[in-house]
Amino acid sequence: MNVENHPLPGPVPTGAKSSRTAIADCDIHPVRSQPNAFDPWLPARWRAHLQTYGAGRRLGMQAGPAYPKSQPNAARRDAVPPEGGPPGSSLAFMQAQHLDPNNVALGILNPLQTGQGIANPELSAAICHATNQWQVAEWTSKDKRLRASVLVPYEFTEAAAAEIRHWAGHKDFAQVLVLSRTGEPLGNRRYWPIYEAACEAGLPVAVHAFGYGGAPISSTGWPSHYIEEMTGHAQSCQAGLASMVIEGIFERFPTLKVVMVEAGFAWAPAFGWRLDKVWEQLRTETPHLRRKPSEYLREHVWWTSQPMEEPEPRTHLLDTIDWMGWDRVLFATDYPHWDFDDPALALAVPITDAQRKSFFLENAKNLYGVQA
Amino acid sequence: MIEAGAIDCDIHPTVPNLKALLPYMNDHWREMVITRGMDELNSISYPTHSPITARADWKPAEGKPASTLARVQAECLDPFRTSIAICNCLYGVQLLFSEDMASAFSRAVNEWMAREWLDKDARLRASIIVQTQNVEMAVDEIERCAADPRFVQILLLASGDHPLGKRMYWPIYAAAERHNLAIGIHAGSNYHNPPTAVGWPSYYTEDYVAQAQAFQTQLTSMVCEGVFSRYGHLKVVLLESGWTWLPAHLWRLTKYWRGLRMEIPWVDRSPTEIVKSNVRLSLTPTDAPPDKAGLEKIIEHMQSDELLLFSTDYPHGQFEGMGVIPEGLSADLVRKIMVDNPRATYSRLLETVS
Repeated sequence: MNVENHPLPGPVPTGAKSSRTAIADCDIHPVRSQPNAFDPWLPARWRAHLQTYGAGRRLGMQAGPAYPKSQPNAARRDAVPPEGGPPGSSLAFMQAQHLDPNNVALGILNPLQTGQGIANPELSAAICHATNQWQVAEWTSKDKRLRASVLVPYEFTEAAAAEIRHWAGHKDFAQVLVLSRTGEPLGNRRYWPIYEAACEAGLPVAVHAFGYGGAPISSTGWPSHYIEEMTGHAQSCQAGLASMVIEGIFERFPTLKVVMVEAGFAWAPAFGWRLDKVWEQLRTETPHLRRKPSEYLREHVWWTSQPMEEPEPRTHLLDTIDWMGWDRVLFATDYPHWDFDDPALALAVPITDAQRKSFFLENAKNLYGVQA
Repeated sequence: MIEAGAIDCDIHPTVPNLKALLPYMNDHWREMVITRGMDELNSISYPTHSPITARADWKPAEGKPASTLARVQAECLDPFRTSIAICNCLYGVQLLFSEDMASAFSRAVNEWMAREWLDKDARLRASIIVQTQNVEMAVDEIERCAADPRFVQILLLASGDHPLGKRMYWPIYAAAERHNLAIGIHAGSNYHNPPTAVGWPSYYTEDYVAQAQAFQTQLTSMVCEGVFSRYGHLKVVLLESGWTWLPAHLWRLTKYWRGLRMEIPWVDRSPTEIVKSNVRLSLTPTDAPPDKAGLEKIIEHMQSDELLLFSTDYPHGQFEGMGVIPEGLSADLVRKIMVDNPRATYSRLLETVS
């Protein structure tokens, strides 16, 4: 970024405990305090490589997003830590601004813009490994409410499976993380070793929207605007999820759990109905599927809430969650990003206490096997 | 529940083979077809023998389904008591990579449509087929066909080279508005891009499911680029799109519009409002929830009874027997879908055809 921006002042930490009900936040983005923050865990060769060649992506620009974001770093303007560094880079400030006042009992870390999906597979593997060590050293070992994601170099499947096996059994890791915009649809056989290793380790596989897989973000080429890219992640995620179902990974890996993160969720029911209808018509093509596609979705897929769709009237969203199952939606804020969903304002519709507890905390505890 | 006077907005008379188009090509293209030994232009969007491509009881013993007028009359127009049916020809001319060839073959399809179909049954209307690689050539073809009032729409595919809202395509929308033609966007791709945002899927099932995602993308693009801000009277019809995805998509798009409208200041109404006034969807296929109550809820989420247009999608296999109308629609809504909404959408249907 070549211009100054003017962050808003954030809250002053008071140290006071929140009186709010405890919640789980299933999508928090910790950020490097400076570009070389992973260096302690990167071999010299890759430090030199990054210095000389950068982390080339399947995208034209050397750095930055394909579409300029709406805010610097796509972050809340009040999320810049007082001690400096980008939003999301200070644990102390994250605690003061978000974890403490919102009474986050369980926070799932999803580091983005690391080395996932970059062009060089070995570099991708090295950065993912460094990021995982950084998560433990700088975050989960310092705040027991936080759980890390095993970042994997998903386009280099052998290394991805090895990375999962490396961390298997480590209590600080709650899930495996891949990005949605993969080089091939996610159900493709080349990715199966990731699912195999995740099942062995007993970890869900989270698919976070974003990344650059090489194809345009639509079946019809590149759109012009950031709003189209953001909206388009739902379509991109539908393609990946359709592939997972239709390729039969849930038959092959019956214990696999998938978490769709920051992809929206209201599209899930109609997506399931369409899959079912088309599958019924074309079922001779996929004899490896023994159940309706929507049944695999219902049993194997969880959904984080942010960015929560906002129908008018809001109550229409209750129909949607009824169709999906109240046990499958996980509250998430996306802290520190600009489209943060505030737990005090999200889902501002009349629901039962049981539904509220499931949505804000219990579903996440059950999925991740965490006593928070 | 078929209303008398029903207007069927999506049927697919089929080009029997490339040879059938030769009479409608000039000497050069006829020679190219023969000398180069060109293959049939059968798109993978509809594998010839797939159950969706043709319903079992609409498959002839020989040849392609819906390739003769007698069959279309006996299987579709007569039983569904159709007063008017709009022919959307799906022959893979848009897939060609040469813009000259794609234009010449599109023109041949339009001529074939007028002579072999529209001239022979007064109930039939048609869409103008255009390639979109060369917009100037597309507009020339629209101007040529628009003189015939039986062409009521311009047909584009759900996936092409670029999103359809891009300014390069606006001369097509200007021509549509000039001639009171609707813009129809039909399921299918020219496959100049992979069929999904994450590349090529392994199964046809995924390709067909992904059509809904392509429509969502095009709707986003046309709204965000400001097509409807510039062409306020334009009607865009999503054909064979499925439609139960629409409410959730609009919730998402409208939320982002509220957060990001500074990027697209020319969009001065919410996407939900724009769709209510300018976008319509054909009824078939109905990707319905498993129960009638679920469909009633989706209808409520649509928040308008003007969005859906009756279609059989003949000869595609989307329903059994005469069961084109899903359970859960009120009699009032069915009448609007079958008659009123198509008439309000296709202004050329109200013109006298001599």
